[in-house]
Amino acid sequence: MQAIVNPLPGESSGQASGELPSTVSAPQTASVLKQLVGTLKSGPVLVAFVILCVVILAALSAPLLGTNDPVAIDPGSRLRGISPEHWLGTDAYGRDTYSRVVYGARVSLIVGAGATIMCILLGLLIGVVAGYFRAADAIIMRVMDGIMAIPSILLAIALVSLTGGSILTVLVAITVPEVPRVVRLVRSVILSVRSEPYVEAAISLGTPAPTLLVRHMVPNTIAPLIVQGTYVFAAAILIEATLSFLGAGLPPEIPSWGNMMSEGRMYFQLLPGLILYPGIVLAATLLSVNVLGDVVRDVLDPKMAKKS
Amino acid sequence: MLPYIARRLLATVPVMVMVAVVVFAILRLTPGDPAAIIAGDDATAEQLDKIRQTMGLDKPIYLQLVQWLARLMQGDLGVSLLSGTPVLSMIGDRMGPSLALALGTIVVTVIIAIPLGIIAAWRQGKLLDRAIMTLSVLGFSVPTFVVGYLLIYSLSIKLGWFPVQGYKPLSEGFWPFAQRLVLPVLALSGVYVALIARITRSSIIEVMGEDFIRTARSKGATERVVLMRHALRNAAVPIVTIIGIGIASLISGVVVTESVFNLPGLGRLVVEAVLARDYPVIQGLILLFSFIYILINLLVDLLYPVFDPRIRY
Amino acid sequence: MLSKVKRAACYKAFGISAAFSFASLVTIPAHAQTITAVMQSGLRVMDPVVSTAFITRDHGYMIYDTLLGMNEKFEIKPQMAEKWEVAEDQKTYTFTLRDGLKWHDGAPVTSEDCVASLKRWAQQDSTGQVLMTMVSDIAVVDGKSFKVVLKEPTSLLLESLAKLSSRPAFMMPKRIAETPASESIKEFIGSGPFKFVASEFKPGLKVVYDKNKDYVPRSEPASWTAGGKVVNVDRVQWAAMPDQMTPVNALMNGEIDFIQQVPFDLLPMLENNNDVNVEVLDKLGNWTYYRFNHLHPPFNNKLLRQAAMHAVGQDDVLKALVGNPKYAKTCAAVFGCDTPYADTYGKDVVIPSNIDKAKQLLKEANYDGTPIVVLQPTDLAMVAPQPIVIASALRKAGFKVDLKTMDWQSVVTQQGNQKSPSEGGWNIFSTYSTLATSGNPFGNTTVAANGTKAWAGWPEVPEIEKLRLEFARATDETKRKEITAQIQKLAIDEGVVGPLGQFSVPAAYSKKLTGVLASPITVFWNIKKSDK
Repeated sequence: MQAIVNPLPGESSGQASGELPSTVSAPQTASVLKQLVGTLKSGPVLVAFVILCVVILAALSAPLLGTNDPVAIDPGSRLRGISPEHWLGTDAYGRDTYSRVVYGARVSLIVGAGATIMCILLGLLIGVVAGYFRAADAIIMRVMDGIMAIPSILLAIALVSLTGGSILTVLVAITVPEVPRVVRLVRSVILSVRSEPYVEAAISLGTPAPTLLVRHMVPNTIAPLIVQGTYVFAAAILIEATLSFLGAGLPPEIPSWGNMMSEGRMYFQLLPGLILYPGIVLAATLLSVNVLGDVVRDVLDPKMAKKS
Repeated sequence: MLPYIARRLLATVPVMVMVAVVVFAILRLTPGDPAAIIAGDDATAEQLDKIRQTMGLDKPIYLQLVQWLARLMQGDLGVSLLSGTPVLSMIGDRMGPSLALALGTIVVTVIIAIPLGIIAAWRQGKLLDRAIMTLSVLGFSVPTFVVGYLLIYSLSIKLGWFPVQGYKPLSEGFWPFAQRLVLPVLALSGVYVALIARITRSSIIEVMGEDFIRTARSKGATERVVLMRHALRNAAVPIVTIIGIGIASLISGVVVTESVFNLPGLGRLVVEAVLARDYPVIQGLILLFSFIYILINLLVDLLYPVFDPRIRY
Repeated sequence: MLSKVKRAACYKAFGISAAFSFASLVTIPAHAQTITAVMQSGLRVMDPVVSTAFITRDHGYMIYDTLLGMNEKFEIKPQMAEKWEVAEDQKTYTFTLRDGLKWHDGAPVTSEDCVASLKRWAQQDSTGQVLMTMVSDIAVVDGKSFKVVLKEPTSLLLESLAKLSSRPAFMMPKRIAETPASESIKEFIGSGPFKFVASEFKPGLKVVYDKNKDYVPRSEPASWTAGGKVVNVDRVQWAAMPDQMTPVNALMNGEIDFIQQVPFDLLPMLENNNDVNVEVLDKLGNWTYYRFNHLHPPFNNKLLRQAAMHAVGQDDVLKALVGNPKYAKTCAAVFGCDTPYADTYGKDVVIPSNIDKAKQLLKEANYDGTPIVVLQPTDLAMVAPQPIVIASALRKAGFKVDLKTMDWQSVVTQQGNQKSPSEGGWNIFSTYSTLATSGNPFGNTTVAANGTKAWAGWPEVPEIEKLRLEFARATDETKRKEITAQIQKLAIDEGVVGPLGQFSVPAAYSKKLTGVLASPITVFWNIKKSDK
């Protein structure tokens, strides 16, 4: 159906075809929260929630958890196994693996959250403009097509070598290729809401655009954006690991899980812990994020909730 | 239909030009000097200047861009700054492994993911569904290179079933070809199986709530018929969309997988060319990838009417 | 288990049949023998005169030959040359080519070819450039001999013709050698023991060399680049693998025969393997060092360079870089320990990490907290750890350090940037060189101290420049040792270069290979491959 409305290159129909127009008002928000709390009764959801809380707490209170300086090198005691001084052993520079895993939670969460926020904000802004102002639509979508057509890895390597590896560079390198997807999502929601009779009525009654957008359109993007957000969050942490693997990630001094895994890959057969410890924590975190993301989607999307 | 395709193909031209110009600009703004890479790290400034002159890198950027575009119009992608090999023949040399890896991954993904998604949707909320969904989340949560190393360690080194690395073209026999592709394809498929199984599940669940399914059920159709004949067909549009997006994003995965398994494909060529600032090679590759991406999107859109008769062009 | 037994049985049967056919058809081997080697990087730049990359040099030794060679005693021996004669005034050298030399296209090697090759090489090579200031004429005498006339006697002529690395004086046919020195050659024809197979070449991935059946090796035993280059296999194939673990696994699995450089941390995997030899082939090894940017604060201040040199300790660097003490040792000599010009001056400055002394110097110099930009490559194992250890030591001493990460190629291009660190320049970078190249004041570009014309870092110490010229003119070894000792002292005192220690990188190869030669250059002649 989308394709009929917009026979433009790269259009993905179907993504928002199931969305019902619904506006979220205050009492509804309260009931949504209530429902969300209610889902914690389910075992897996509770476990996911606890894991995520632990990771966030660990990230916040890293210096208090018996860690050493995660950057301090000690070439004399490199590649050690588990010992009382080094709870999870040491890496190739003699840095404490446990401390790096704990501090890595900070970096990986910052990367995940940072990329998600940047992606959603940029995507929402651009998507709303594209969906609402028809004049801008064609140009914006062509630019988005162009960005999506450039392999993200290449873009990332170019960006990182342009400005040097830093958290901000990596965030930009992760965000830019992800934005077009969010833009398309937002735009398709806006488009489908726009064609609803009550919105058309509001338009013909002369309701100003900002009011229309804030009251009727943006709220409809929240549910799909939250779902998309969890995907971006998980993807960002994974992409950061991949970039590190290809030598275009964060500086190796900064302990991120992705960084640790790619540095540890050479020692995989000698000291598998260097990949496994950050890997397990990474997988557990992503698992929790995804489980919670599903829950949020089920609750926010009334149509889906009906069925589960 | 045909005018539509023609219009769509025509619409790719501005996109491609935009990509070409943007990439050209990014590359030339990036610090890095192919001359220094060619001459090695003890070259003097004078030697570097001479090399730059010979390669035309001393000319203003816009002039270089115009010259490159002009040659491109004649179908000439130029030669590698480093080895002097024509870019087109370099791409041709590296096409095989990447194509094999990508196609293998798509086939494996579709064969595994769609049945998994259907089963999960059918057993929605039950133990089987939860198991499949948890596994699929795991697929998202482990980086491709870690999966690759685990596969190499267990299946190649410990069990000796597959070679640890390398590529043999199909012309050297099917078995040597397939044997070297199994692990890379498995490693790369993980993420896509997870993605497409999830989409399949949620699309089918969504469709199952529609009126025509209720009608089919009330007519006494068995659950299997409802699932396979009615639900899957109608859920196909989002599934195909995601597969299309997935293929387009395969490139990143291909780069990593080709590195882990030492496949001499395009993914590795990209990274090598970027690190060596081999501008003509990078530009040629970008154009190729953009074109493939656009083509796949067109293909996906053309497939919609096949699955959903309500869509017409 | 079953499959292993079967495989062994197959090999045995194969071996027997190979031996049988070898006995019956002595000159033709039963099947083509190929050595597959994984080299440290992929071959992309093919011109050994334009590029000093080690892989390009190694490629050069496969397909080209040199007039003179050097053996393991650092003696200069004839290679393509049959002999050379020196006139009484020590100023005219006449070289005569040996019989039977042929280019890979079948044409005979003439003295014209050699003269053209020498001229092109001398334009590009740093030692060659110095040499040419002392040369008045290079001229053809007849088809097989040519002469070099010097303005003043120097031993630099023979030394540079026998130079091991980097940019050895390779000989090419005249039409190829007439390519401008700044332009890469497009035809790859030499007279060396292997032929380049152009149709199989995949830049960065694979290079194939076939045995040059027309090659006439010298009769002396092979030693380094001197002696007979006898090829015993039909084909050598170089592969490059992006991941360090891959070649190690492939070697253990019998998929490849040779790894040029095994990462130190992966050695235990191979050392315990019964089918693999692990051996240091380049006994001279490498030295690693760092450079200060002398143009900009804070390291335009000699005291602060001294402070940094006291702070950084070689033990920590070598532990992080190499780990295994078997393959590393501390060394203060800028011309390398175990080389003719080794000198120990400054060992108390550069070897230990003396943070207190560094702090004291820092105070004396009134360090104002200017951040120090250290370039850190992330993608090359041989150069990644040094900056991290340097940064850690400098921070302990009270320096403010900004560790800038990038890929190695970016470091290579960045290091030539003379701008100030705040405008994208740098203060410190680190790399390594082979000692085969660094053993004298000409091969070793790190001691050049002619300001902005010197190598990255741009130290300006006119005395060193004077000493280098004196070295070129000196023909007496004791005099030369005096000169190099003075250079050593100046290099350390002025902070021209900061030595970080020496290390050797082991190679690993299948036990099917025999006759692998120890040499500073990885060479594939003399190697035999058995089928077992």
